[in-house]
Amino acid sequence: MIGTLTTGFGVWNPLIWLCGIAASLFLSWLIWQCGESDYEGDTEQTAPYLSGNAEPEKGAVHIRAGNMYWGFTAALKPYYERLIPLHSGIVNDYVSWFLIGAVILFVVVILG
Amino acid sequence: MNVDFLTASLPALLITVPLFGAFLTPVCGRFLPNARDAWVILTSIVSSAIAVLLAVQVYAKGTIVYVFGAAPGLGTIPADSGGMPIRILFHIDGFGVFMLISAAIVSFAGILYLTVSQSRRSSRSEFYALYLLLVAGIFGMVSTDDLFNFFVFLEINSLAASALTAYHRNGGLAIEGALKYLIINTVGGLMILFAIGLLYAKYNSLNMAVIASQLSLTTLNLLALILLIAGLATKAGVVPFHFATPDAYSVAPSGVTTLMIVASQAGLYGLFRIIFSVYGSMFTPAAVGWIVIILGVLSMFIGVTMAIPQKDIKRLLSYHAVSQTGYMLLGVGTALAIFDDTTLINTFGRMAMEGGLFHIINHALYKGLLFLAVGAVIYRTGVWNLNQMGGLGHKMKWTMIFFLIGTLAIAGIPPFNGFASKLMIYESTFAFNPAIAVIAMVVSILTLASFMKVFHSVFMGPELPEYANVREVPKRMLAGMAILAVFVIAFGFVPDLTVNILIAPAADALLHQEQYILCVLGGG
Amino acid sequence: MIANLPFVAVALLIGIAFAMILLKYNMIKMIMGLGILEGAVNLFLVALGYRESGIAPIFTNSPANGSAMVMPTVQALTLTNIVIGVATMALMLVFVMLVYKKYGTVDANEMRRLRE
Repeated sequence: MIGTLTTGFGVWNPLIWLCGIAASLFLSWLIWQCGESDYEGDTEQTAPYLSGNAEPEKGAVHIRAGNMYWGFTAALKPYYERLIPLHSGIVNDYVSWFLIGAVILFVVVILG
Repeated sequence: MNVDFLTASLPALLITVPLFGAFLTPVCGRFLPNARDAWVILTSIVSSAIAVLLAVQVYAKGTIVYVFGAAPGLGTIPADSGGMPIRILFHIDGFGVFMLISAAIVSFAGILYLTVSQSRRSSRSEFYALYLLLVAGIFGMVSTDDLFNFFVFLEINSLAASALTAYHRNGGLAIEGALKYLIINTVGGLMILFAIGLLYAKYNSLNMAVIASQLSLTTLNLLALILLIAGLATKAGVVPFHFATPDAYSVAPSGVTTLMIVASQAGLYGLFRIIFSVYGSMFTPAAVGWIVIILGVLSMFIGVTMAIPQKDIKRLLSYHAVSQTGYMLLGVGTALAIFDDTTLINTFGRMAMEGGLFHIINHALYKGLLFLAVGAVIYRTGVWNLNQMGGLGHKMKWTMIFFLIGTLAIAGIPPFNGFASKLMIYESTFAFNPAIAVIAMVVSILTLASFMKVFHSVFMGPELPEYANVREVPKRMLAGMAILAVFVIAFGFVPDLTVNILIAPAADALLHQEQYILCVLGGG
Repeated sequence: MIANLPFVAVALLIGIAFAMILLKYNMIKMIMGLGILEGAVNLFLVALGYRESGIAPIFTNSPANGSAMVMPTVQALTLTNIVIGVATMALMLVFVMLVYKKYGTVDANEMRRLRE
């Protein structure tokens, strides 16, 4: 069948997958249709509720990139403290990494 | 000038057309400035069409060996040469055309995009000339059978790429990136030339097939192999040779970075070609296979972890390029580590190799798409810093859709093409060594996480007042992205056809070294 | 022993070149190191092509008794590499010049705005 990729251990068919997704979307639409329609646009109903405080300006609520994954980098701080200084931006270091890499490869191949 | 002659000369035209177009572009720009864009796009269409025609020929009739300067039908080995091919040969097999197709698609999409995005810049004629030179360098690298010729095309590739990188000076940053890239690649290139000298000293030939047929296992040959691996890994941007890669990618014009991805993959092509077709079955390849796997795992992991804290959007994408290169090395390295065991090759080695190769073309397409989309954002806003972006999805809907397609593909979300190749790599490496497959999956999750951040902080959120005047980019830039997006979706929807038509011949070409030698030396 | 002298020179030159590239933080000196590295590789290539009492492959010199002449492959390679080297060197020096205009320095330690 067109689209069936046999990987030797499993099978992957994007076309069947698409049919599945379409079917589940249709099902969710059906369920959504059964709901009660009490939504009214342009009323108090659509405003965000912030414990009664006024809504801040739009530009102030956007979460900027710098605030994302702060926890991730903070948790891996010992790793990053070692990794980032290696990318020093000095060309001489880059060339020495080239030499170190080549020498390690050579030793491994000669011994292996 | 009949059709048969033209068809037979396609390998020569493959190099001639982009070179000819490149050197005529400044002339055209001087005398017919209005026709220059059309000329450049025409050259790109013709050279891409030649690459695709060659691919059709190879898939229909098998490997093409083209001898430069010989009358048709004379064969690769002149009668009085003592069994050595003296002329320069082009040897285009399944792996070569596979790379040609990816270069053809990406270079055409790139030039469509660049003719608009460069329109506000000066000295464009030289820019397009360098772009076409880079295309010629890539085409040459993936089709030549002569080691020194390969080196020449590699140098054309490095020179053109670094000159293009420096084009938008950007307060000196671009020049700094280009300088670093050029220095590292020159050191790598000279080491490759040294290795070529070592091989020539022993076998008196520069032809890869001749060297492959006579190769024995000496320390000097191993030294040559290591120098070739190190030099080509530098070109491909593999950890620990990757340091200059993000520097150059992040400052180059976006359309150029798109093509530089393919240019660095031509280095990867050389790496696999040397390991499989030249050194091939000469030694127990487990050590070299593990080297390739470890380089791959290092690239994947260090690339993605360096990408997460980045603030510059293009630098983030560049580190992901390093990370994705790791998947290709992992897939092909797995096949290499079990190269001498036919049973294992048939159970999962071939699948690993096909996954790795499939990932090459997938990466060229979706990373190209991502760079073009990010370039469109920068074209309209002039901002690189992720922290200053936001809410652009309201104004740039098409760019957002294309970026989303690229994001889902690189993170391996079904049904896009990245999922198919990653699935093949996961399943086959799991059979080889479960720990490596787990690392590959973790890296994929981190990739998704990092792109969540990019997508959210660039396109999502409320409209920001500073970007009130931002509009959608011109149609031709969108067309460049659309071409890549169509292929990303198409390869994802029919992965079986792609694997059977494009990838399987490439894997066969690498796995059967004797065929490679036979095409040049046997019967010829 | 005397036949190996060129290769000893190649090894020495490569050592000097890498020492310069790694230890000199002045970009111009570093590029000079790259030039020496390129010279070393060129010398290596030419030295490979030497054959004891070989005959240069020039048509008018061709020996009457029909004995073989030396293939000039490596000489061709060297010439090509010299040309490539000139182009590379020129481009690098141009880059250094432009960086100097913008940053006011040729020191590799200060030429690191792209990092991390």
